[in-house]
Amino acid sequence: MTNLEHLISESLADFTACSDMPALENAKAKYLGKTGVLTDALKGLGKLSNEDRPAAGAAINVVKQAVEAALNARREAILNAEQAKQLAAESLDVTLPARTQSQGGLHPVTLTLRRIEELFHSIGFDVATGPEIETDFYNFTALNIPENHPARAMHDTFYVDENKVLRTHTSPVQIHYMENKEPPLKIIAPGRVYRVDSDATHSPMFHQVEGLWVDENISFANLKGVVQDFLQKFFERDDLTVRFRPSFFPFTEPSAEMDMSWNGGWLEIGGCGMVHPEVFKHVNIDSEKYRGFAFGLGVERLAMLRYGVNDLRHFFNNDLRFLSQFK
Amino acid sequence: MQFSENWLRTFVNPAISSAELSNALTMAGLEVEEMTPVAPAFDRIVIGEIVEALKHPDADRLQVCKVNLGKEILQIVCGASNARVGLKAPCALVGAELSGISIKAAKVRGVESFGMMCSAKELGLAVEANGLLELPNDAPVGQDIRQYLDLNDQLLTLKLTPNRADCLSILGIARDVAAITGAPVILPAANAAKIESTKIQTVSIDALDACPAYYGRVIEAVNARAKTPDWMLRNLERSGIRSISAIVDITNFVLLEFGQPMHAFDLTKLSGGIQVRFAKKDEPIRLLNNTDVKLASDDLVIADDSGAIALAGIMGGESTSVTDATSNIFLESAFFTPDSIAGKARRLGLSTDSSYRFERGVDFGITQMALERATALVLAICGGKAGEMIAVINTLPNRKIVYLRYARLLSVLGISIPQATVGTLLAQLGFEFSANGDVFAVHAPTYRFDIAIEEDLIEEIARLHGYDKIAAITPTASLGMLPASESALNQAWLRDTLQMQGYQEIVTYSFVDESWERDLLGNPNPIKLKNPIASNLSVMRSGLWGGLLDTLTYNLNRKQERAMLFELGSSYHHSEQSAYSENLRVAGLYYGSFQPEQWGVIAKEVDFYDVKATVDCLTHGKAEYRAETHNALHPGQSARVYLDGNPIGWLGKLHPKWQQHYSLAKNTYLFELEALPLLHKPLAQYEEVPKTLAIRRDLAVIVNADLPVQHLFDAITQASISLVIQVQLFDIYQGKGIPENKKSLALSVLMQDTHKTLVDTEAEVAMAELLKLLENQFSASLRN
Repeated sequence: MTNLEHLISESLADFTACSDMPALENAKAKYLGKTGVLTDALKGLGKLSNEDRPAAGAAINVVKQAVEAALNARREAILNAEQAKQLAAESLDVTLPARTQSQGGLHPVTLTLRRIEELFHSIGFDVATGPEIETDFYNFTALNIPENHPARAMHDTFYVDENKVLRTHTSPVQIHYMENKEPPLKIIAPGRVYRVDSDATHSPMFHQVEGLWVDENISFANLKGVVQDFLQKFFERDDLTVRFRPSFFPFTEPSAEMDMSWNGGWLEIGGCGMVHPEVFKHVNIDSEKYRGFAFGLGVERLAMLRYGVNDLRHFFNNDLRFLSQFK
Repeated sequence: MQFSENWLRTFVNPAISSAELSNALTMAGLEVEEMTPVAPAFDRIVIGEIVEALKHPDADRLQVCKVNLGKEILQIVCGASNARVGLKAPCALVGAELSGISIKAAKVRGVESFGMMCSAKELGLAVEANGLLELPNDAPVGQDIRQYLDLNDQLLTLKLTPNRADCLSILGIARDVAAITGAPVILPAANAAKIESTKIQTVSIDALDACPAYYGRVIEAVNARAKTPDWMLRNLERSGIRSISAIVDITNFVLLEFGQPMHAFDLTKLSGGIQVRFAKKDEPIRLLNNTDVKLASDDLVIADDSGAIALAGIMGGESTSVTDATSNIFLESAFFTPDSIAGKARRLGLSTDSSYRFERGVDFGITQMALERATALVLAICGGKAGEMIAVINTLPNRKIVYLRYARLLSVLGISIPQATVGTLLAQLGFEFSANGDVFAVHAPTYRFDIAIEEDLIEEIARLHGYDKIAAITPTASLGMLPASESALNQAWLRDTLQMQGYQEIVTYSFVDESWERDLLGNPNPIKLKNPIASNLSVMRSGLWGGLLDTLTYNLNRKQERAMLFELGSSYHHSEQSAYSENLRVAGLYYGSFQPEQWGVIAKEVDFYDVKATVDCLTHGKAEYRAETHNALHPGQSARVYLDGNPIGWLGKLHPKWQQHYSLAKNTYLFELEALPLLHKPLAQYEEVPKTLAIRRDLAVIVNADLPVQHLFDAITQASISLVIQVQLFDIYQGKGIPENKKSLALSVLMQDTHKTLVDTEAEVAMAELLKLLENQFSASLRN
C-alpha cells in the first residue's frame, strides 16, 4: 500500500489555488471524484487481506477526511469572498437626500385654534359653531345691543342687507346654543368674524373664540380662574397672571377687559364678563337659578404672541415662506 | 374724552401722582388711553420784556436786545423778526436746556448774549412758529413760563365705554376719582345770577316726553367781541376744542365742565316764542356748519315762528346763531331723553359733542345749575344783564329703586367682603340706599343712566372694591365624560388628511372680487356687501377657488415653482328658506410637478389622477365621478363628484383660458367638496376572514377607446358573477397591435370560494362568464 499522506498537502495546495467554485469542483474530482485518487485507493482495499484491510482503510479515511476538510474550508472561503464582493458592489451613499413627497402644513390660525380647543376640551368644553351671515337680532339685539345703542356704532359692521350682517363677533353662537340646550353648558365657539377696519393692526376678517360656561354656581372669580389657567397652559408659563379691568359689553355684567402679564407689562388679550340677565331672558334661562360667564379671545393675537409674529397681515397674505415656518 | 389733568385737579385733588391717577382711572374702568405732558421737560425759562432793541453792528438780521427779567436786565442777541421794544416773550436763561439745545453765554457775531428769546416751536408747544411767542402785555416779567402758561400739566385721553356717559365731563370724572380715592369734589361757583333785565323769551314744549326739562334765560347787552380768557382757552384747547367766540367758548366750557350741552341764540333773530317740537316731514333747516338738511318727523327741533331754528341736542341753526354783532342772547340748557336723540345725528351724517352726550344720557339734575354757571361766565367775560330764568319742566326720568342682595353679590363675584363695606362703597359712589337685612334698596343719582338692575350694582361694587382684588379660582364641577362618536369625523381629520398628502393650508378672505364669482365660478348673482371695505372685496364667495388661485399667483410671483394648497371654509349662497345659506367646503389646488424636484426621480407634471387620489381619500373611496363641465375647468378633464348619489363637488384641470388669464406656466388642478358629507365613516363591522386562499387570473380585452372604464366595473359589480370577488385594472394600452378607436384593458380577477379550495375548472367557468358579460355589454373582444 502506497503512502497517501502526501495527498493532504497536495490537495490543500490545489484547493487554495482555486479562486471560484467551478475550479474548486474540478480540483475536488482529482481526489474525491469517481476516478479520484482516494476513491481508487478505497476501491483497492478489496484486494488486501482481511488482516491488513482495517489498518489500510483507516489510514485512507484519515487522509480522506483531511482532504474533505480542506475542501469545505476552501468552499466557505470562496463563498464568503463572493458575498463580500457582492455587498461591496451594492453599497450606497447613505448621505444622499431621501426621496420626498411634499411636506404639507397647517395654517398658524388653525394650530392656535386647535390648541385652544384641546385645552378647553380637557375640562369638558364642547365646540359650537354658528352662521357668519347673522341676523341683526342674533348679532346685536339678543346680546342686549338694541337698535341705536351706541355699542352698535363701535362694531364697524358689514351689512349684507337691512337686517343681515357679517357677524362682528362669535358671541351670537352663545345665543344659538343656549336656545337649543339646557344648562349646565360649557362651550367654546371658534370662527371667522368681520369688522369694517383694515390697517397694520386690523384685518376686515379675523378669528375669535367665544367661551361660555353656564351653571348654578359659576362666579366672576371662576371666570378669572379659567382664563388664567387657560393662558398659563396655552403659553406654557406658570408665572403668567391675568388682570381684569372694568369694562362694558352689553351682553355681560360685570364686564372686564382681560390683560395678561407679559414681559414686565400688561397686554390686552380679550373681553369677558358674567352673562347679562337680558341675554338669559332672550334664551329662556332662569337667571335666578343659573349664572354664566362668557369671554372672547382674538385668535390671531394669541398666535402672534405665541409664535412671535409681528404683523397681522401675514396671516392672510398666505405667503408660503411664512406658512412653511409652521410645519 | 380728552382733558387737562390740572383742570381735573381743580375739581378733585387727591394726593397721588399723575401716573397713580392714571392707573387708578384705568383700574376703575375709565381707561386712560394716553397720557402726555403738554410741554417737554425744561426749566429756567422766564417771561422777559424787551426794553431796548438795537440793530446788530455786524449782522442785518440780528438785533441786540436788552431784556427785562424783573430782577435783572440781560443783553440777548435775537434774530426773530417780531423782536421789538415792549414785547413780552419767553426767555431761556443761561443753563436752560430745551429741545436738545443748552443755553450758554456766548458771543454772537462779536456781541455778547446771555440767553435766548424763544418761539413756541422752541418750547415744544407748536410744530411750527413764526417768530417769538408773544405773551400778553400783563404777563408778569420774571415769572417762570411753566407756571405762567400752566405747562406742568398732562393731557389725559380716556377711552370711555358707552355706559359711562356720566364721565363725559370733568365733573363726572372727578366724581369717580373721588369715589376711588376719597378726596372731596369741589364744585365751581354757580350762584343764581342777579336779575337786571326784564326781558323774557317764552318757551313752550310740545314734545314733553322727548324734552322733560328746558331752562332758558335772556342776557341783554353782552359784548360778543369780548376776548375769551386765557385759562378758559387753555382748558378748551387741552380738550381739543377750538375757540370760536367768547359766548360759544363759554357754552363749550360748561359742556366740558358739567357734561351739559348748551346753546346760545341771538335773541334779536328769534321771531316769536320758542317751541320744542318734532319736525314736520321734510322741514328744512340750515345748520351752523352751513349745511342744509331736510328733517324727518321724528327729529326733535327747537323752533320759533319762522320754523326750525336748531336740531335739538345735536346742532344749532345758522339763522339764529351768535355773531360778533350779537348783543342780546338767549341761553338754552335743556334735557333731551336719550331715545329722542339716539340715531338722529348719525342719520344726518353728524356727530357732535352734544349729540354724543344726549344719546348716552345727560345728567338731568344739573340742567339748571349749568345755566347759572354759563350765565355767571357770560356776565363775567362779556358783561350784560341777566333776565329771569325760564323753566319748563315735565316728568323727568324716574330712577327706580334697585335691590342688591348681599348674598348674591358675594356668590356672583366669588369674593368675601363685609356687608358694611358694601354700604360704604355705595355711599362713595353717591348712591342713596337703605339696608333691610341683607338687601340694599338703592337709588341711583340723576347722572347715572346705567343703573337699572342688580347686576349693575354688583358691577359697581366690584369696580370700586377693585377687580384686581378678585382671586382667580378655577371652578369645581361634577365630572362626566363628553360623548365621542367614532363614525363622526371632524374638521381636524380633513385638515390632517390633506396635510399628510402634502397640501399646505391657507386662509383667505370670505369676501372676494365680484369678477371671480361672475367669471371664474359663473355666479352672476353673488351676495353683495352693502359697505365693502374695498371694491375688490365686495361680494361673498360661493366657492373657494378664487382664493386658491390668488394665493397661487401671489406665491409664483415670489419665485415658488410648485404649490399644493388647500382651504377649509364656508361658501355663501342665496337660499329660499332663510335668505342666505352657508356651506362648509374643502378645496385644494395642485400646481406644477407631481413631486418636489429631486435626484433619481423622473420629473412628472401633476395630472388628473394624482388629484383624484386625494378626492378618493377624502371620500373614503366612495365617490362617483361623472364627466360634467364647469366654467373654471377644462371640459375634457373635469368631473363632478357624487357621494351617495348627491353631487358634492368638482375635480378637474383649470381651463386653459384661466391658465392664460392667471399667467400660469404649468397645469393647475383643482378640487372642491362639501365638507359635511365627508365627515362620516361607518363604524367597522367584522366579517369572517376566509379560510381558503383566493386565486388570480388575468384577462385582457379590447373595447372602444371612449368607453368610460367605470361603466365596465359597474356592470361587473351588478352582475355579481359567482366566485369573483375583485376585478382590478392593471394596464391600459393603445397603439401598435390595437385597432384605432380601441383600447386594451388588462384586468386581474380574484376568485374565491369561502368554503373550499377552488379547482381550475370552476375558475375557468367564472372567467368565461365574465368575458361573455364584457362581450355582450361592451362589444369587448379577448386580446390575443
